[in-house]
Amino acid sequence: MRQLFRFKGGVEPATHKELSAQAPIAAAPLPAILVVPLHQSIGGPARPLVRAGERVKKGQRIGAADKWVSSAVHAPTSGTVLAVEERVAAHPSGLPTLSAVIEPDGEDAWIERAPLDPAALSPERVREILRDAGVVGLGGAVFPSHVKTEAARATPMEELVINGAECEPFMTCDDRLMRERAGDIARGVAIFRDLLRPRRVLIGVEDNKPEAISALRAAIGAIGEDFAVVPVPTRYPAGGAKQLIRALTGKEVPANRRSPEMGVQCFNVGTARAAFRAVAFGEPVISRVVTLTGNVEAPRNWEIRLGTPLREILPLMRPKADTDRYLMGGPMMGFELPSLDAPVIKATNCVIAGSPALFPPPAPEMPCIRCGSCAQACPHELQPFELYWFARARNFGKAQEYQLFDCIECGCCAYVCPSRIPLVQYFRFAKSEIWSRERDKKAADAAKARFERRNAREERDRIEKAERLARAAAAKAAAGAPTDAEADAEAAKKAAIAAAMERAQAQREKENARSKNTGDMIGAREKEIAETEERQAALPARRETASGVKTPDMQKEQEP
Amino acid sequence: MLAAILIMALGAVILGAALGYASIRFRVEGNPLVEKIEAILPQTQCGQCGYPGCKPYAEAIAEGEADINRCPPGGQEGVAKLADLLGREIQPLDVEARPPQVALIDERFCIGCTLCIQACPVEAIVGAAKQMHTVVGALCTGCELCMKPCPVECIRMEPIREKIDTWKWKYPVFALRPASPANSPANSPANSPAASLERAA
Amino acid sequence: MLHYLFIVIGAVLVNNVVLVRILGLCPFMGVSKKLDTAFGMGAATTFVLTLATGATYVIDHLLLTPFGLGYLRMISFIVTIAAIVQLTEMIIQKSSPVLHQVLGIYLPLITTNCAVLGVPLLNVAHGYDFLESLVFGAASAAGFSLALALFAGIRERVEGADVPAPFRGVSIALITAGLMSLAFMGFAGLDKYQ
Repeated sequence: MRQLFRFKGGVEPATHKELSAQAPIAAAPLPAILVVPLHQSIGGPARPLVRAGERVKKGQRIGAADKWVSSAVHAPTSGTVLAVEERVAAHPSGLPTLSAVIEPDGEDAWIERAPLDPAALSPERVREILRDAGVVGLGGAVFPSHVKTEAARATPMEELVINGAECEPFMTCDDRLMRERAGDIARGVAIFRDLLRPRRVLIGVEDNKPEAISALRAAIGAIGEDFAVVPVPTRYPAGGAKQLIRALTGKEVPANRRSPEMGVQCFNVGTARAAFRAVAFGEPVISRVVTLTGNVEAPRNWEIRLGTPLREILPLMRPKADTDRYLMGGPMMGFELPSLDAPVIKATNCVIAGSPALFPPPAPEMPCIRCGSCAQACPHELQPFELYWFARARNFGKAQEYQLFDCIECGCCAYVCPSRIPLVQYFRFAKSEIWSRERDKKAADAAKARFERRNAREERDRIEKAERLARAAAAKAAAGAPTDAEADAEAAKKAAIAAAMERAQAQREKENARSKNTGDMIGAREKEIAETEERQAALPARRETASGVKTPDMQKEQEP
Repeated sequence: MLAAILIMALGAVILGAALGYASIRFRVEGNPLVEKIEAILPQTQCGQCGYPGCKPYAEAIAEGEADINRCPPGGQEGVAKLADLLGREIQPLDVEARPPQVALIDERFCIGCTLCIQACPVEAIVGAAKQMHTVVGALCTGCELCMKPCPVECIRMEPIREKIDTWKWKYPVFALRPASPANSPANSPANSPAASLERAA
Repeated sequence: MLHYLFIVIGAVLVNNVVLVRILGLCPFMGVSKKLDTAFGMGAATTFVLTLATGATYVIDHLLLTPFGLGYLRMISFIVTIAAIVQLTEMIIQKSSPVLHQVLGIYLPLITTNCAVLGVPLLNVAHGYDFLESLVFGAASAAGFSLALALFAGIRERVEGADVPAPFRGVSIALITAGLMSLAFMGFAGLDKYQ
């Protein structure tokens, strides 16, 4: 028996998992329309690759990863792109985001897939495949997985933790996945193991999922690996990455550090399966298992295509008549979907139909009595009552001093609060306010830098111009010689013209003098020569005066 | 009596001389306060305070020449921060604060005169002579300085819309009495299920 | 030795310069919005007060008492303290910009601080010798710093509280100060047990 550690705090809400855990995962039918947001992961948004009117095949890349921390997006079925435009997102704000609207053609025709042997590929190639297949953390954090498969340079990777805890109430998508597709998961874990080369692999599953545990153990035995499946006590939030790492390895990831620096990395079971499908079958992430539950007639897990609007999945869950809202994610950390048009995205692990009976409206907020229950429940050992005090007073500096950014918004504090204070909402408010301030500060600093550069440049230009003018004036005043020379040159030119004219005149007079002597070829040739000379001499003078283009000399003279 | 006058006079002379000497001997150039004030100012360089840029305004505040309530882009919050730094009373902003905005050039009418480029203090407008100009939205501070010089009035200000990645969680506000279920859910807090789960269980 | 300890306890707790003697209220109210600034002000006051007690002792014993000019005590103390503070500020600004950043803006505030004048006057009244004067000055300043830091800590917290609108700002601060003063009254008689 492996030694288990205990993370501090946590709560034990009623799980309600029995609702949806019994029936196997079913494939959702093809919806009438798909709205695929192009930004479905942490990091930079995907660059759109398709345009309205284009035909796409199932699994075709429609958004490419722009940077390293970014992930690709794919067409969930074959069909026509109706538009690439702003559509309402599955986000608490209800604001639109750039999405590809695809009308399925019903054929569901795949692009060409290239099945590969994961063991034969170089790690770099595997990471590229993961990125281009859009594999992100399917537990809900949607962090690009290829980024997470790079071990820290300084610390050797000791443990790879696979997260099958699934601690949120109502949610059973990972449970069903582990029961039904344990083989894929085990092979996916092997891929991550090969990339990270940890000393051991630990798969943490809450002990309320015995079927999942035995299914995983059987699958691991079948492929001859030595991954340890560890039952962890059922206690919310055991499925939080830092909590699971703590429970399995005893390691605590300090604030402002990432887990690889502690020699441990954590992936969700769904991510492991997606990675396996992407590498071994060339199937990008175009669907995911979603638990549809709550106040519904038919709670169950469905494999739903990403981009399926909530409206299209209502017939699958058959909400009861008094349903008044839909939550995405669990009841502890989820949020209310802003509209029935919001699509299923990579982060959608669960949709819960809510009703006043299931989730009664919150009791009015009472004053904080500083009882400290929240501090006891906090799995991160923060002091939520202090954070609340400062967040409420908009004293964000102090809130940060109390490690606001270590809060994972798990909701344990709000759950136990006897005054029914919506603590997490205050923390979210404070966090987004601080982020916004940092953005503003950065923008102001950049604006200041540009302003200063511009001023410096203008100053430099001014000085340079003054210097140039001074130089010109000095040159003019100090040295009369060059200007005299110019005048001489001008005079010489004029003299040359005059001389030529004179010569021509003389020639003509000569001709007139011997006008009868028409047969004298020498005289005619001389005349020709004289005329050419005249033209040549007149040429530069004409060019100067007629064309209107100022020569440098003239410009200099015009300047004061 | 004479002793008293002499001693006081002596003291005054000695202390005065010492202070006078020190003020020359220990003179320090520059004012570190200006930098602190400037760090608070929003760096829009808009000149709405009546000074040509944020730094001159900061200097004026440090010298005590200007009030701290003359920076509309900084808003009331900026005034509060300045008051805090300088130990002055918080005053209401003397100009109305406006929502964040960004300049937009109507490209159909732009004649390429470059006047707005010269006016922009933060180099947020690109273009060349007789070529169409455009505002780089991300760099624009919304100071409105480019609007006046434009001879064809093709520049207007657009309020900045909230985007999904700049969206902020709102300060939690609750009705004193819980509203009837018919209209409450739309505004009910996202984590209300967590708080009420216990009772549901 | 015990004698000095009693001077210290008396000055810091029993006869706290702010909360019991009610001296130096301007900086007490003005510079107590933040704990950081309160510490800065406390340090600056300690520095100046120790210096001032020493300097005024010298003035008093070498100039005023020999010539029988006790009636000039207050005015000459004011002038001396103001000059010392100004001088110190200038020297610090030049020699140690870092220290000046910490103390700088508070030093001019102290120039006309009644606590800084009050303590040297009390010194004379108590008839302390030079060393006792210094200890008394430093301990009074420590008491001032203690009260200021406590007060700033409370005010920082009160800032986040739901204070009724008419009491916000200085009003609640004065009430807080009053309650703190009452609390410090509880130290009265502590030095009776010597």
